Amino acid sequence: MDIEMSFSEEIANVMYASHGNPITDCLQCGTCSGTCPAAEFMDHTPRTIIGLINAGYKDEVLASNTFWSCASCYHCTVRCPAGIDIADMMYALKRYSMWKGEHQEGLIGPVFAQSFVKMIVDSGRSYEPLLAPTYIFKNGPRGLVQEMQTATGLMLKGRLPLLPKKIKGLKKFRNMVRRIIPIGEPT
Amino acid sequence: MKQYAYYPGCSLESMATSYNLSTLEVAQTLGVELKEIKDWNCCGATAYFPVDELLAHTLVARNLALAEKDGLSDFVAPCSACYKNAYFTNAYLKKDPDLAEHINYALEADNLHINGTMTVRHLIEVFIEDVGLDEIGKKVTHPLKGLRVAPYYGCQLLRPRKENQNVENPQFFENLLSALGAEAVDYPSKTRCCGGSLIVTNRKAALDMVHILLQDAVNRKADVIATTCPMCNVNLEVYQNQVNREFGTQYSIPVMYFTQLMGVALGIKPAKLGIGKEVVSGEPALAFAY
Ligand code: SF4
Ligand code: SF4
Ligand code: SF4
Ligand code: SF4
Repeated sequence: MDIEMSFSEEIANVMYASHGNPITDCLQCGTCSGTCPAAEFMDHTPRTIIGLINAGYKDEVLASNTFWSCASCYHCTVRCPAGIDIADMMYALKRYSMWKGEHQEGLIGPVFAQSFVKMIVDSGRSYEPLLAPTYIFKNGPRGLVQEMQTATGLMLKGRLPLLPKKIKGLKKFRNMVRRIIPIGEPT
Repeated sequence: MKQYAYYPGCSLESMATSYNLSTLEVAQTLGVELKEIKDWNCCGATAYFPVDELLAHTLVARNLALAEKDGLSDFVAPCSACYKNAYFTNAYLKKDPDLAEHINYALEADNLHINGTMTVRHLIEVFIEDVGLDEIGKKVTHPLKGLRVAPYYGCQLLRPRKENQNVENPQFFENLLSALGAEAVDYPSKTRCCGGSLIVTNRKAALDMVHILLQDAVNRKADVIATTCPMCNVNLEVYQNQVNREFGTQYSIPVMYFTQLMGVALGIKPAKLGIGKEVVSGEPALAFAY
């Protein structure tokens, strides 16, 4: 017997550790959209996205830039009268769309998230300049010049280290990560 | 003297060195002993959650487990994002045995185990609640008389809500500034988001958000914006030039860590507080105090 899962159930499944109320509790009151500082940069507001999820419009939701424009500021979350953790849901949509490999072309968000994770899994620490190649690749030479000006200002002020740090117990750390996601064989 | 497990976070080793320097100086002056957690890892800021929820919690849990192993009771983070991550991973795994089991299965590969016994605090809470404003006030040797400071709380320090926190109109930052002799300006944007990592992933949106915060501080005639988070600080300070280019504005407002302002008021030398490393210099605004 085939049990068809609704889209909102699929999203609930990728919010395994989250503790808000189910998104099907949404009242469509619009408080989240009114609160959201990034709403004008989203093709659908938070309220609309939740409406679309609950109505099963998966393709529209995955094609939108809404969750990639979310700054995770949790302003919507603390104000939602239905107790939905909207910010966590935006994270869940990012996870879901990366997992399915379905998202808008040309977004930096997915590449950024993946390169950040790779960096930390490789060294245990984060190091901002390592992110720069991704950035340049996405923004072209003009972005590069601007980025360098900002970065150089910091370099002169002694605010960027020249080499990324690594944690000492890296081998065991990587074994720990390997118990959750595949990151290649132990070396 | 109470010992605290100190989790500086990656930013405090690079872009936010001044935050680290000033934190350690101020803590020492106030008799707060910060013991850095050995071999901590980056907690992942907001970047792990889009990839894998369990991995995100496990990376945070490793640092908490290291702190538990040291036998300390309070985990202290100066970065609001680190604080929020640690706070909620700790709270969730206490409520959710299934999550705790998954996390502990992974931690076992690193010979670690988490029980969820730590109390997770932001640095500003430790100074305000444990040291206390009266005590801080008594130690002020160089009151910041007449300095108009915009207290910028940002997001993750307040949100999601932790216990009974007043998330709409908190006052603790203002109270701290008053204890230092400064004038906390009424700053309506104080809990509005600075854009966070959108500065990388959606530059246009983030610059717009930073623009609003800067304009609001200017409208309120603030001499300086004070922050509690390295990420907020970078967005508001380092990207001011880009905001100026994008919007044709001429902002040149110093953005300082609250610990730097505390340090000045406590009579600590500017260089020891990392003052002078700003892209928009804070020295002129603070010169009067010395
Ligand atoms: S604030 Fe909550 S209930 Fe209102 S529209 Fe947004 S998600 Fe739905
Ligand atoms: S968390 Fe995201 S969706 Fe919610 S208000 Fe902030 S930016 Fe908007
Ligand atoms: S949240 Fe930011 S500062 Fe904190 S550890 Fe992670 S990257 Fe580093
Ligand atoms: S204000 Fe900005 S940096 Fe600070 S927590 Fe919010 S998004 Fe993050």
